[in-house]
Amino acid sequence: MRAILIIAGQEIRDGFRNRWIVALTGVLSVFALSLTLLGSAPTGNVGVSALLVSVVSLSSLSIFLLPLIGLMLSYDSIVGDIERGSMLLLLSYPLTRFQVLAGKFLGHISILSFATVIGYGLAGVVAMVQGAGADEQAVGAFMTMVGSSIVLGGAFLALGYLISAAVRERATAGGLAIGLWLLFVLIYDMALLALLVAEGEAIGQGLFQVLLLANPADAYRLFNLSDLDGVAALSGTVGMMAEAEFSLGSLVVAQLAWVVVPLALATVLFKRKDI
Amino acid sequence: MTTHTLQFSAVGKVYNAKPALKNVSLNVQEGSITLLVGHNGAGKTTMMKLLLGLIRPTSGEVRVLGHDPAGADGINARIHLGFLPETVSFQPAMTGLDALRFYARLKRADVRANWELLEKVGLQDAAHLRIKTYSKGMRQRLGLAQAMLGSPQVLLLDEPTTGLDPALRRRFYDMLSALKNAGTTILLSSHALSELETRIDKVVIMDQGQRVASGTLADLRQRANIPIRLRLHTQSGAANGVVERLAGIDLNMVNGRTVEFSCAAKDKMALLRRISEVGGAVEDVDIERPSLDQLYAYYRNEGEDQ
Repeated sequence: MRAILIIAGQEIRDGFRNRWIVALTGVLSVFALSLTLLGSAPTGNVGVSALLVSVVSLSSLSIFLLPLIGLMLSYDSIVGDIERGSMLLLLSYPLTRFQVLAGKFLGHISILSFATVIGYGLAGVVAMVQGAGADEQAVGAFMTMVGSSIVLGGAFLALGYLISAAVRERATAGGLAIGLWLLFVLIYDMALLALLVAEGEAIGQGLFQVLLLANPADAYRLFNLSDLDGVAALSGTVGMMAEAEFSLGSLVVAQLAWVVVPLALATVLFKRKDI
Repeated sequence: MTTHTLQFSAVGKVYNAKPALKNVSLNVQEGSITLLVGHNGAGKTTMMKLLLGLIRPTSGEVRVLGHDPAGADGINARIHLGFLPETVSFQPAMTGLDALRFYARLKRADVRANWELLEKVGLQDAAHLRIKTYSKGMRQRLGLAQAMLGSPQVLLLDEPTTGLDPALRRRFYDMLSALKNAGTTILLSSHALSELETRIDKVVIMDQGQRVASGTLADLRQRANIPIRLRLHTQSGAANGVVERLAGIDLNMVNGRTVEFSCAAKDKMALLRRISEVGGAVEDVDIERPSLDQLYAYYRNEGEDQ
């Protein structure tokens, strides 16, 4: 554990030194605040909590930004350190490769959490002030959204390490990371929609559910947009999602599995790697 | 029974379908300095990586202080190792002192000793500067400092003198001797062969993944039996006369005031006695024993002939 914490601390200090933390927090704050301010305009007289509106708009933001941030933080961290030669030195110290990876994950998820909590927190406070307070349910929904956004970021951190442990060159890892982002965030839903249009009822409900959970971004979307009362009504979640009934538990498990499984695979690949 | 701090038993390693090490056996004894000599790609770095447990042998067995470095208790071996990689790389935004603190904590070494280490390698003035402002030599010295964190029992140094100027190299060699006297076992690879001659206990000559020769310098010289060269400085004009009096000896060259002979190592004393009989015409004698570079070339060629 000691070694993990030392590595994590090192990653966080690096994040401060190379201004990553400042940049990420700034970007998330700017986007979150502008979405909240823009999104609050039409809701004033509908009587919906402004905070609930921001849950919807910010979770859409999360789906685009957090996977990108997660991958950017992680894709380079194994193959890049190997190429630079710093991994050779690090692994000559008394620590295991699992500890190196776990430390990096802990450090990176801390950076990502810090940026998300500050950025979204600012937006949430602004929404509450504008909407003249908020009920407990809305606050709960907002906090759950922030928490699951961090888990979403964690899933893409883990996927980034998996890429980083699997390839031999940094450039390959960078390309794969962009590809993965495009696939899960943009292409996947379109392909799923196309499949639905083409096949219609022919796809069984079960397969459809599995396909939705097979994308961490969709698992996140389902969790935040359709399972929280009030939010579901607001978000107008596409029919295809409403149709697929999920239990809250299965969505939580799916999201966490997207963190744990890639991380475990990354550890296995990293252990086998010749440095 | 002698203790073997580092042990290779019939070790082979295949890298990307190419053999990097072939059937290498080697024992390094506690408190000795062993020099690995060989071209790039001869297998020196592979041997260091095996000792660090960074890679696993394809065949054979590697032991460090009795532990399998790539096994579950590899950590127990690495805690006693200090390693300087061939090209050392640090996080450029850190200061030298920051970097040492990070590595000291990983090694469970006392961070209060860091300053002393920086002084030892002459970096005390740059301690608070970012590593990206360091020159190649300064990085190398910081690399040496991190290798010595926690006073390790074993030091593995891969090309430790690259980027060091002659004054620093001498300081480094003195440091090696001091460490050795304190009982540290040192395995190093280097191109600066001749400078190291007097400091090392054992030489291992590697070529294309094979150990082609190993032993003390004296051993290797004896086995190679490369002729010794003697250079006589004579009174002006006396060179030809000296040659006449030493007839029957392998003559290399002669010019005005110098005469050069070569002879087998075992005949050296007999030859010297004959030279002294020549008398006052000979003013001085230089004896040139085969250097480490020559030995290296000799054993490499011998390995190829097999």
